[in-house]
Amino acid sequence: MRMRFLIPLGVFVIMVIFLGIGLKLDPREVPSPFIGKPAPVFSLPQVAEPSQTFGSVDLKGQVSLFNVWASWCVSCRQEHPFLMQLSKAKVIPIYGLNYKDEREAALGWLQQFGNPYRTSAFDADGRVGINWGVYGVPETFVVDKNGVIRYKQTGPITEQVWTETLFPLIQKLQAEEVGA
Amino acid sequence: MTAELGHIALIMAFLMALLQAGFPLAGAHQGVPVWMAVAKPAARAQFFFLLTAFVCLEFSFIQNDFSVTYVATNSNSSLPLYYRFAAVWGAHEGSMLLWATILGLWTCAVTLFSRSLSEEMLARVLGVMGLVSIGIQLFILLTSNPFERIVPAPPEGNDLNPLLQDFGMTIHPPMLYMGYVGLSVAFSFAIAALLGGSLDSAWARWSRPWTLVAWIFLTFGIVVGSWWAYYELGWGGWWFWDPVENASFMPWLVATALIHSLAVTEKRGAFKTWTVLLAIFAFSLSLLGTFLVRSGVLTSVHAFASDPARGLFILIFLVVVVGGSLTLYALRAPTVKDNAHYTLFSKENLLLVNNILLVVAAASVLLGTLYPLLLDALGLGKISVGPPYFTAVFAPVMAPIFLLAGLAPMVPWRQGDIKALVKRLAYLFEGSLVLGIVLVVVWLDRTDFATMAGLSMALWLAGTAGLTLYSRVKLRAGFLDGLRAQSPSVYGMTLAHTGAAVFLVGVVVSNHYSQEKTVKLAPGESVELGSFAFRFQGVKDVTGPNYRAKEGSFQVVKGDRVIAELHPQKRSYTVQRNTMTEAAISPGLLRDLYVALGEPLDKGAWSVRVYYKPFMRWVWLGGLFMMAGGALSVSDRRYRLLGKRAAAPEGAGAAVAG
Repeated sequence: MRMRFLIPLGVFVIMVIFLGIGLKLDPREVPSPFIGKPAPVFSLPQVAEPSQTFGSVDLKGQVSLFNVWASWCVSCRQEHPFLMQLSKAKVIPIYGLNYKDEREAALGWLQQFGNPYRTSAFDADGRVGINWGVYGVPETFVVDKNGVIRYKQTGPITEQVWTETLFPLIQKLQAEEVGA
Repeated sequence: MTAELGHIALIMAFLMALLQAGFPLAGAHQGVPVWMAVAKPAARAQFFFLLTAFVCLEFSFIQNDFSVTYVATNSNSSLPLYYRFAAVWGAHEGSMLLWATILGLWTCAVTLFSRSLSEEMLARVLGVMGLVSIGIQLFILLTSNPFERIVPAPPEGNDLNPLLQDFGMTIHPPMLYMGYVGLSVAFSFAIAALLGGSLDSAWARWSRPWTLVAWIFLTFGIVVGSWWAYYELGWGGWWFWDPVENASFMPWLVATALIHSLAVTEKRGAFKTWTVLLAIFAFSLSLLGTFLVRSGVLTSVHAFASDPARGLFILIFLVVVVGGSLTLYALRAPTVKDNAHYTLFSKENLLLVNNILLVVAAASVLLGTLYPLLLDALGLGKISVGPPYFTAVFAPVMAPIFLLAGLAPMVPWRQGDIKALVKRLAYLFEGSLVLGIVLVVVWLDRTDFATMAGLSMALWLAGTAGLTLYSRVKLRAGFLDGLRAQSPSVYGMTLAHTGAAVFLVGVVVSNHYSQEKTVKLAPGESVELGSFAFRFQGVKDVTGPNYRAKEGSFQVVKGDRVIAELHPQKRSYTVQRNTMTEAAISPGLLRDLYVALGEPLDKGAWSVRVYYKPFMRWVWLGGLFMMAGGALSVSDRRYRLLGKRAAAPEGAGAAVAG
């Protein structure tokens, strides 16, 4: 066998190694500029009780999940059963940001599939979502006791994401002290 | 029911693919005719089941069956019917099904047009295609099932990505896939020939028409994609060096090299191992393109969802197919003997040089595409490689390709006479150079050397293409006689090379002399661009089937004549809440005028972008010329005779390359 006929195979093997490594990396995992920063300040009417408000002050004092959702979002529907499971397990309070939705549709959705949220803020025009850097629904933020964003999950929370990333982080954050 | 039926059909197709690969390959190896005979019926049955699965998915879309997850994610009941039809390939799962179905179609076509192939060769070719089918269908069944149900079914779907709601969507992906997947035929012929040890010119003759047809589809797919990006993305560009665009361009470059190399192998028995390697490369790059697009390892406007499990599967598939074929190549190629004799200055060598340059061009695109991944993998940070890299690297490689493409047709096989050729072509060469410079100086800009070079090169290419045809025609007594005596491949080559020239003109002129302005316009105001004035007449609301839009109204005035009324839109799609810019274009052979609405400002004013793009259409026109050239070559009688005679005679004035 002459060596020069092996060259294409050699080049290919090197390429495959890089592609293999590339698979483990996520090009979209651009570090969010919001991580480590205090949650953007807002105050919005609640979905269920328009006369009541929900805002960034309510996120302080405990580790919580802030989940951006909408009734028109199919991936949210996929994520929803898992959120229900989480809320039943009472591991962590979940708050919702109902993003660019209609109140009727949002309420109907919660009624039909169940409500995993303590409260959902109603962000009809998406202004608050923009301040939080939301670019796709669903997105979930982990907010610590001081109201600082510590993690952002883009796309649905899955069993895998929860056990591998979110839950360990939350346990760590819950152990932290306020003001630390 | 429909979805389940589709799922079952897909499983059946997979079983057929197993039969189609297993028995024939084993049969060809052991010399068992009965096993080899399984190939044809299995391939046809496989296509039947794939088509059934595809039609089932189409049905689910047309009937708005939102209990199917894929339909619910990519369609909506207010989506017009023709987009629902095209929405099947609007995302990952359906695209893969389309890929598989088209592979089935090509396989079925091979069973129909293969009467001249030996039983053994056919069994191997279909067997290899069956192996590819197995991989793709396993991928769909295990990781990307488009027939999955969602419980409970949502009342309404999430709608098709508005970017894809366009006429381009109905034809661009199918054509592109026809091209990508069509290259699997040349690949399978090459592997079959390596397996059987029959790497002769008959193999090249069989492969040529298949490769040409795939190349035509690929060209068309790319042209449509570029045209679509031009009017839909609203940036006025027609090529962005986006990873996914590159993924289609790399196989094209290699396939272009392949059709030329196949010509040499067929006619002269030379470059056999090189041609086989090109056939492997071309299809491997198609698969790599699929990997890049579907795994999400690179960011791109085309990548919608990335899933590491899918990426891993395709990577393994890639390793098996490409790694396997390159290993086979390394084992078998050394035994192949090139028995052709030719001197340094001959058509053979010129074609070889051009071939290598095309592969270098493809490699430079590959490097640019994978470079961000490379750096990221080495932990050197996240970067993106943009158009500056590609223009800097690509243009110097392409320039000699164009020069040689003009020269090679004029040089005879075996041995050329440099002195005589220089004498013959000197005038043409100097003429194109002078004319290129004069054109630029007179009409355009005095110091623009890039455009001068580009235009000169285009003139040279078109001139030599014409001269080649003329010198062939002149061999006959009468001019008409001479025209009639030429084979379609000769016309095909002339047309394709002229197309490349036309394309080049479009690229250099539109790149260097486009003008654009972004201005704030209140109703009644106008903006001047070159000799045109765009008068803004205000915005009104319009409602589409699944969007609301602001539609601007512009009059384009030249002198005091209104030459066009343009109505660009800013659409807001109700379901996905996306805003889309629909540019309005007044096309012309010599110039495009292009208006896009930006953002609304105070008091009815808008920010508006206007473009003047000279010779824009030539870019795509060149592509269409190349396609037509390819089609003419395919229609050559030598290939049609294939069915009846195993070895077609060489026509007297047979094609040079093409």
